[in-house]
Amino acid sequence: MGPLPLDVPVPGASFSDLLDLVGASPTFSVPEGANVPSAPEGTTVLALRYHNGVVMAGDRRATEGNLVAHRRIQKVFQADHYSAVAIAGTAGLAIDMVKLFQVELEHYEKIEGIRLSLEGKASFLARLVRGQLPMAFQGLVVVPLFAGYDERLEFGRVYSFDIVGGRYEEIDFGSTGSGSRLARSYLRTTYEDEMTGDDAAALAVQALVSASQEDTATGGPDLRRGIFPNVVRIDSDGVEELSDDVIAPISESAMETIR
Amino acid sequence: MTVPFYVAPEQLVRDKAEFARKGIARGRSIVAVDYSGGVLLLGENPSTALHKISEVYDRIAFAGVGKYNEFETLRKAGIRQADLMGYLYSRDDVTAMGLATAFAQTLGMIFTRDPKPFEVEVLIAEISEDNGEHRLFRISYDGTLYDERNFVAIGGKAEQLTEALEELWHEGISLEEAFAAGVEAFRRAEDRESEGWEAAVLEDTNGRRAFRRLDADQFIGK
Repeated sequence: MGPLPLDVPVPGASFSDLLDLVGASPTFSVPEGANVPSAPEGTTVLALRYHNGVVMAGDRRATEGNLVAHRRIQKVFQADHYSAVAIAGTAGLAIDMVKLFQVELEHYEKIEGIRLSLEGKASFLARLVRGQLPMAFQGLVVVPLFAGYDERLEFGRVYSFDIVGGRYEEIDFGSTGSGSRLARSYLRTTYEDEMTGDDAAALAVQALVSASQEDTATGGPDLRRGIFPNVVRIDSDGVEELSDDVIAPISESAMETIR
Repeated sequence: MTVPFYVAPEQLVRDKAEFARKGIARGRSIVAVDYSGGVLLLGENPSTALHKISEVYDRIAFAGVGKYNEFETLRKAGIRQADLMGYLYSRDDVTAMGLATAFAQTLGMIFTRDPKPFEVEVLIAEISEDNGEHRLFRISYDGTLYDERNFVAIGGKAEQLTEALEELWHEGISLEEAFAAGVEAFRRAEDRESEGWEAAVLEDTNGRRAFRRLDADQFIGK
């Protein structure tokens, strides 16, 4: 380690600005007319609100064209103590974006001594998505989904995004990825206000199973290999990643219910 | 043309050191004490808004005494360095040893190069992964780096505090005992009542981020 970066000009509390200043930002440009190689893509993730929090879930498949690239990829990540982010689109870029997002939130919290507001976190994520826009023109798209517990307003919130960094707050549920429409149509008919956390987790898994029946890019639970969706629950106690022991029975009963 | 006065380097260093020491002596001290579950950092601080103890990385904490704006600058630079390293390589590659040398290098450079040295002393603590010995580093205003064991004190009353802790500390001490020992050490070192405490721990039970602030009042039974 060299001496500390004392003389960095006005990096404030933002880690990604600091990365820019030291020239380590994850930016890249593809030469015009170049063929972008195909890269694994993550598929369906969703989030829904329940009476005092949010549940977020994602399937485990990544595809490359019509092939399965990964069976157990993780697409739902804890972002900080009170929020989680899920990703769809080019997996490599998306996972990198999540890593930067996680460090950004923690960095801000340590420098300022206080966490960003949930709204602030969502805004920052939108900025990261917009930063990917040049890559999106090359076909490498990343669209995340963000959910968290708002410490100030004391309820769970869900934000979805579009390819240009547009940010939309959802009042009930949101989803992104290839199977997202299927998952949303399932949720549209089954979602109820004031659900419990357990009911919300079960519903999230059912929606994923439902999407996997129609969309080949969405992987359903794989009972033989023991691969289950990633599910997190966020409430006033923070983020809780549900273990396979909890998700396995939910998955099994979801597979029995969904035709 | 005016010819600058020649000042012998010995004189220059002595003057700067004296200046820095005076500045540090005006502020309040801080101690770090090993206990059975982690490391306790404790200092007198009447303010609840301006912190002297803070989190740097997963298992690493920082404490500074002396001039607030100066150790605050160092604290932020330390967090930047740690987060950069952890992001570019791996979280495991950020160590107290690496950070302490970076702080030492920086303070040493400022001491020799700048007309006014930083009037600060800083402390870097790291809890060990496998219940081994925790790391405690003290870095003085001129960049001298000290590797300490079991407990360490920084600030104007560092010597008296260390003396007191030598008597009060013992192997396998609990958090409550460590806190009481710290408070007692301050009582012996300073001839006055404390106007408030700032305390934090690095503890394995806190998950990846081991740092947690303590409510000092709970420990002194107010």
